Amino acid sequence: MSALLEFDRLRVEIPTPVGPRPLLRSVSLSVAAGEAVGLVGESGSGKSMTARSVLGMLPGGSVATGAVRFRGVDIGGLDPAGLRRLRSRDVAMVFQDPRASVNPVRTVGDFLTEVLRERGMSRAAAREKAGGILADIGVDRLAHRLKQRPYELSGGMLQRVVIAAALAGEPALILADEPTTALDVTTQEEVVAILDEQRRQRGTALLFISHDLELATAVCDRIAVMYAGEIVEILPAARLHEDARHPYTKALLKARPGSVPPGERLQTVPGVPQSAIDAPAGCVFADRCPVVEPLCRDTIPVLTAGVACHLEVS
Amino acid sequence: MILEVTDLRKVFGSHVAVDGVSFGVGSGGSLAIVGESGSGKTTCARIVAGLERATAGTIRLGDLTDKSDRKSRARMVQMVFQDPYQSLDRRQTVASCLDEVLKFHGRDERPRRTKELLDLVGLDQRHAKALPKQLSGGQRQRVAIARALAPEPRLLILDEAVAALDVSIQAQVLNLLADARKATGVGYLFITHDLSVVRHVCDDVIVMHRGKIVEAGPVEKVLTSPEADYTRKLVGSIPRPGWVPTRA
Repeated sequence: MSALLEFDRLRVEIPTPVGPRPLLRSVSLSVAAGEAVGLVGESGSGKSMTARSVLGMLPGGSVATGAVRFRGVDIGGLDPAGLRRLRSRDVAMVFQDPRASVNPVRTVGDFLTEVLRERGMSRAAAREKAGGILADIGVDRLAHRLKQRPYELSGGMLQRVVIAAALAGEPALILADEPTTALDVTTQEEVVAILDEQRRQRGTALLFISHDLELATAVCDRIAVMYAGEIVEILPAARLHEDARHPYTKALLKARPGSVPPGERLQTVPGVPQSAIDAPAGCVFADRCPVVEPLCRDTIPVLTAGVACHLEVS
Repeated sequence: MILEVTDLRKVFGSHVAVDGVSFGVGSGGSLAIVGESGSGKTTCARIVAGLERATAGTIRLGDLTDKSDRKSRARMVQMVFQDPYQSLDRRQTVASCLDEVLKFHGRDERPRRTKELLDLVGLDQRHAKALPKQLSGGQRQRVAIARALAPEPRLLILDEAVAALDVSIQAQVLNLLADARKATGVGYLFITHDLSVVRHVCDDVIVMHRGKIVEAGPVEKVLTSPEADYTRKLVGSIPRPGWVPTRA
């Protein structure tokens, strides 16, 4: 089966005064049509950069090698019209902070119908469709909502509107970058439940970026764990706790509050999360790994059978 | 009791932020105030720290009285904020930041005491010479905790002090907070929106919703068998193994 989205040894470098430095070292991952994949990791691991590469939104001056393919077509080779079509039709993005991604002076109705009007749909038909999606995700008083402006809505309600706008374009893939991190935990539950339900009903694929392993596990089919610009492990979400093999994945699971009974010490990883620039030459996790061996420091482990670790693949 | 708050009320204009709240922290005890945005938890903390004035109610903090000066108050209660980058002076080294507080409070043997404080929060002499920008977020938060502990306060208020940290770093800081309480006998008032971190730092918890306390009790009891509807909803929405998010 050919993948809807495929990262093929994607490497992104940025020029610095001391020569090119990597932002992503090597990312290989595929997302099938209708599949939900969670991309989890700590700050600086390259999760957002990976998602942005799908829309051709890499930092200015950066150089990408390898490929990101959508329906088999390399995104790096698209002309401006092709890239616009990809961004407006095929792929939708939901960012962490809805206030920063919605035009504050336009109404909710304008925001929701922008993509539909762009495609030539009449104003009345576009409003009808947008209203229908809002109703699907449990927003009430539709006529009133469509006339409101972003500042009149709570963070949770505004993020619902952003998700509705993402769904309105009927994309094949939604990229959601920490979509609930800025929300209260009870609101987070509602918003991820809506995203999960709607995407399943519509058969939309999802790349879900999160620092929260348990949250990603709840809404995804597979989990890809990133560290310092590389994917170190990919495994089925339902088997995360039982089957985690990479030392970093295990460490993340053990560091989570709730992983030990109250009053007991959490297991910690020495050192701090690294970005691709600081990572050692061999395995990206070698500097912090509790079971590191000499081989790990200078030889890069290849992602094989779902895990990139010398000690797991022999 | 090191802290006793009775019938605390705070009104901003026509908005009642805190509505008749009472709680206490025993000497060396640890109390969490949990709630979502707008619940009034931070307002309670700021009033206890002396950063806001209560509309009504009484706050008894150790032997402080209305006539106590700021210095005595600073020796009684200190506060750690969410973002250490905003609460540290970016032009001051870590050692100088701690030394300044020790000097202000007239402590002797300041270099030895600085080293002790750094040890307590897991930093070494290399970090002592560093500026905040040379440290990671977790290290900066350790500095903020060391600075708050420098005057040997009886009560430390931690306002979302681990919320901005990555999970592997958050685990280090939660362990450090547990250790520091054991080592110094300081009491904690721990303000957080995240119920799951409470169990590692606190003995007791109060749950706030719209300015009122909806449930109070030992952490273990409230987390495992919550009684109030709101607490049940809050506990139920923590992502965990086997969790399925549902719409209300």
